[in-house]
Amino acid sequence: MVSKRIWREAFLRTISHPMALLSLVTVFLYIGVAVFSWTHIIASPWDRVIAQSYQAPSFDSLAHIFGTDILGRSVLFKTIQATQTALLVGFWSSLVAVLIGFILGALAGYFGGWVDDWIVWFYTVFSSIPGILLLIAIAFVLEKGLLTVCLAIGLTSWVGLCRIIRGEFLKHKEREYVLAAKAIGASHMSRIFRHILPNVFHQVVINFSLMFQAAIKTEVVLSYLGLGAQGRPSWGLMIDDSKLSLGRGVWWELGAATLALMILVLAVNLLSDSLRDSLDPQLIG
Amino acid sequence: MGRYLVRRLLYTIPVLFGVSLIVFILFHGVAGDPVIIMLGKHASEMQVRELRHELGFDQSLGLQFLNYLKQVATFDFGRSFATRENIGSMIWNGMGPSFLLASLGFFSTLILSLIISIACAFYRGRWFDRGVGFICVVGMSVSALAYILFGQYVLAFQWGWFPISGYENGFPANLKYLAMPVLIWVLVSLGWDVRFFRAALLDEAYKDYVRTARSKGLSEVTIFYKHILKNAMIPIVTYVVIQVPFLLLGSFLLESFFSIPGIGYITVDAIRSSDFPVIKATTTLISIMMVFGNLLTDIIYTLVDPRVRLR
Repeated sequence: MVSKRIWREAFLRTISHPMALLSLVTVFLYIGVAVFSWTHIIASPWDRVIAQSYQAPSFDSLAHIFGTDILGRSVLFKTIQATQTALLVGFWSSLVAVLIGFILGALAGYFGGWVDDWIVWFYTVFSSIPGILLLIAIAFVLEKGLLTVCLAIGLTSWVGLCRIIRGEFLKHKEREYVLAAKAIGASHMSRIFRHILPNVFHQVVINFSLMFQAAIKTEVVLSYLGLGAQGRPSWGLMIDDSKLSLGRGVWWELGAATLALMILVLAVNLLSDSLRDSLDPQLIG
Repeated sequence: MGRYLVRRLLYTIPVLFGVSLIVFILFHGVAGDPVIIMLGKHASEMQVRELRHELGFDQSLGLQFLNYLKQVATFDFGRSFATRENIGSMIWNGMGPSFLLASLGFFSTLILSLIISIACAFYRGRWFDRGVGFICVVGMSVSALAYILFGQYVLAFQWGWFPISGYENGFPANLKYLAMPVLIWVLVSLGWDVRFFRAALLDEAYKDYVRTARSKGLSEVTIFYKHILKNAMIPIVTYVVIQVPFLLLGSFLLESFFSIPGIGYITVDAIRSSDFPVIKATTTLISIMMVFGNLLTDIIYTLVDPRVRLR
């Protein structure tokens, strides 16, 4: 199949680019760190008091490398444990957004007519309401916690993908291969998922990675508004906490969280760029 | 063209209706009972009933929605729960600082990113272009909150270049307070803009007419400024114009962090104190601006790109 070759070529092209390869390795490193900290192999227990409050970074031991927080817990351990939160938020909120965006976009573009009218109306309305206020409203209604964060971010970031997928389906549904599938009696479901989906899947992948990094950054803003993850370390909470401690010269908590977040988001951004370069047929030419 | 515009203009009616409906649902179905929040948990039955009646919460949902539509149409949202101030004048007073912050931030970013992206496109593929491209992605990867905290701590607190936060009305005084928020605005949005403009420029750089111009023997500089730049200006101008209506809204994060009394500050403040009429008013205002911003975008598209009219 043609599409399989495109994916393999995209993968080969990605790993032949030093920058893209480095980003890929970095993302896998973060996943590894998250898994190892989740299974308590590294950075555990993160909530143990190891020194006095706000001790500056020192090379006494690994746990002291980024200093300690207000309760005397290791900032390094906290940063490592927070990787899980970031990856969970990034993954689940992007998945929610991709599912909503893809399904609505596919329905609108494929069926057209009144289905299209309603869906376009719905996302036009939805995108007119400032995202941050919708986020806050959703986070208010549901109980505070990680699940709410994911749902709130997911429910507010699907419009972009929905527009793209609708446009792609509008284009593809009249193409010959789809008409041929129709002629041999393929059902609507089969045409949407078996025939058109593989041809627009690169858009889904590119948008997933873009949403992933946006979601991680949005979590920081939600934490600042007091609506972030509860009871578990997150980079957003660490950055938010440091707005008070900064006045006392405590920069390491902000520094560690910002650095960890920046490297992950940077890697995902660079990876999205290289995915776009290798998957977008317009750019391949 | 005329028919398209009329149709597009009429389309704002169902969209505005939908926006009002969703905002109404957010504040009535969803956000909890504002009366309880206002009076606290220990209010007597009598107090609750009175306030409910005063605010019209004892009417049916349909009537309340009609009331809300009336508020939207007349833009009279009553008074704030927290300060008893008239919301219309609160928002009116907030627009000035918001607009100033946003337009300063927006236009500084615009000028800088245009210069940088033109240089990138001209030297495309060379180390300058690659380096700038990488720095842009790095800049986009830092949380806005980290920029703000760093600026407040290092630039304002330690080095004393700027005031940490606050605002003063009046021309030269307010610039002092706006300098750092504007700087952070530029840092946060520069990467996006440079990448967008560069892509718009390079989109044109590989077209056939450029090849023709080159084969005629025109110099690279002439090709770039006379041909590529001219055509790339279409997406760039569109991109710029469509952001203008949003400048009135300022920025939630920057305003609330630097205590600049704009729309964003008012909204975040209202969220913190559960001041529902104010949140409702600012949400509605922002949403309506977005609807008209989108309308304007579509109109501009039809003006600059004749192909759109065929749809």
